Amino acid sequence: MSAKEKIFEKLILISAVVSVAAVALITVFIFSSGMPAIKETGVAGFITGTDWSPTNGQFGILPLIAGTLAVTALALLIGIPAGVGCAVFLAEITGEKTARIFRSAIELLAGIPSVVYGFFGLVILVPVIRNVFGGSGFSIIAGGIILAVMILPTIVSISANSISSVPSEFREASLSLGADRRETIMKVVLPAAKSGIFSSIILGMGRAIGETMAVLLITGNVAKMPEAVTDPVATLTGTIAMEMPYATPQHQQALFGIGIILFVIIVLLNGTAQLIMKRFGGAGS
Amino acid sequence: MKKNKIKKIIALGLAMALTTGVMSACGGESGNDEQKSSGETVVIAGSTSVQPLSEVMAEEFMADNEGASVEVQGGGSGQGIKSIEEGIADIGSLSREVKDEEKGSVKEEYIIAMDGVAVVVNTETETEDITIEELEKIYTGEITNWKELGGKDAEITVVSREEGSGTRGAFTEITGVLVKDDEGNETDNTTADALVQPSTGSVIKTVSSTPDSIGYVSLAAVSDEVKALKVEGVEASKDTVLDGTYKISRPFVYVTGNDISESAKAFIDFVLSDKGQELVEENGFIPVQ
Repeated sequence: MSAKEKIFEKLILISAVVSVAAVALITVFIFSSGMPAIKETGVAGFITGTDWSPTNGQFGILPLIAGTLAVTALALLIGIPAGVGCAVFLAEITGEKTARIFRSAIELLAGIPSVVYGFFGLVILVPVIRNVFGGSGFSIIAGGIILAVMILPTIVSISANSISSVPSEFREASLSLGADRRETIMKVVLPAAKSGIFSSIILGMGRAIGETMAVLLITGNVAKMPEAVTDPVATLTGTIAMEMPYATPQHQQALFGIGIILFVIIVLLNGTAQLIMKRFGGAGS
Repeated sequence: MKKNKIKKIIALGLAMALTTGVMSACGGESGNDEQKSSGETVVIAGSTSVQPLSEVMAEEFMADNEGASVEVQGGGSGQGIKSIEEGIADIGSLSREVKDEEKGSVKEEYIIAMDGVAVVVNTETETEDITIEELEKIYTGEITNWKELGGKDAEITVVSREEGSGTRGAFTEITGVLVKDDEGNETDNTTADALVQPSTGSVIKTVSSTPDSIGYVSLAAVSDEVKALKVEGVEASKDTVLDGTYKISRPFVYVTGNDISESAKAFIDFVLSDKGQELVEENGFIPVQ
């Protein structure tokens, strides 16, 4: 092996170590900052407590977990069909020219800062929801709709790419066996591209759970167990961002505790998702 | 073979990262104590409501005076008194008046600014005037409909600020939503149904676009988008805060003990100077000079 090659190999190794070290450092930092608060309340009390009022020394984050999951679930419920449908349209149905216009429009969506989404939601979406569903308008629906739009670019672009990369022989074979276009897409192309579609959904879900600014402005931030989709909710990320600036030391620890839970939720979701993908396996990855 | 080697190196890197992480996490706390004893550093401790303003002042003061060092700590108004008693701070800060029983340990007190909170409602709301008691009942969830206040039959949408916000602290403390027991434990009784908005701007935006809503913002932030209510018949303005007739207001006070360092004196002079008072206004509080 030449010397040059060895140096190159070491450089790459260093880059790998840097990214792993970053993850390790962040993990250590979050856990060392947040663990004392969780210990004080008890892990079970922290996760299943329904009263979040830091000034009164109550640190139960179940309402926040419920808020985050509700908003994310609604976002996926809207975002997955819309996103995958759009991807199929771009990759399979429309011509190159139209697809390019659609693609650039969707990429533009990804470039809008999240605070702008939030402000749009606050000024346009919240009043509409108030008029249609009643209540204050600050709600799970508002958060879910805005998040659905925000995760669209991720779902559409990755899904469209993986659908495009399904070999054309698959389609030709299917069509020559007498299947029509719809059957070819549903039964041949989509299954072949499923692993890419899955990863797009996981990335989208990660974005939805982690999104802070937009949901902060439109979900109402009420730390109470939601009973309907028109109820206002507080999310894990929103609460951290909102309360961190002036938090007392103990309150701050509890916010880092939320960070730990968020971390665990995302690790769990990623793990499950990877397991599902492994089980499905398949081409198109 | 090669894979194993890489794995080992990554593991080593991880271990190193972990140790440095833990070490720096532990080392963080001990650093502060040493600075307090040095004569040059001015330490301000006390009210967390005054803290952001003190920090701005400290930054500006240090930029103007080379070598000066000002350290701002929290702890609460009570801690402000305690820390000058015990000599751990040069200046104590309070977001209330000095109580009679505390006067003994205070040599000088300086009101550096006033903090006023305006109660705002949607412009379509008919109500013009509200009492402190009614505010307390609205924010604790006892009154939920405008008709209980003589308005139309419509549910009140209560808008609050996040926990830890200085404006929330002032509002809940003055209206009695925040209850303190004898041991100094505080209980914030703000209703769980209140919408929470993270900034003054978003409270105004929310109240202006939500019919039948009520919120509170720092006095300096009131705009035409919302209607500021009279409290106990008094309009919210700088003048009514300064003459003490507007009830939802409180003073920001610096107190000092017996021996005060030159640099601490210089800092207080700076805060009370024209430039310092300009900073007071820029940060949404009411200048007193």
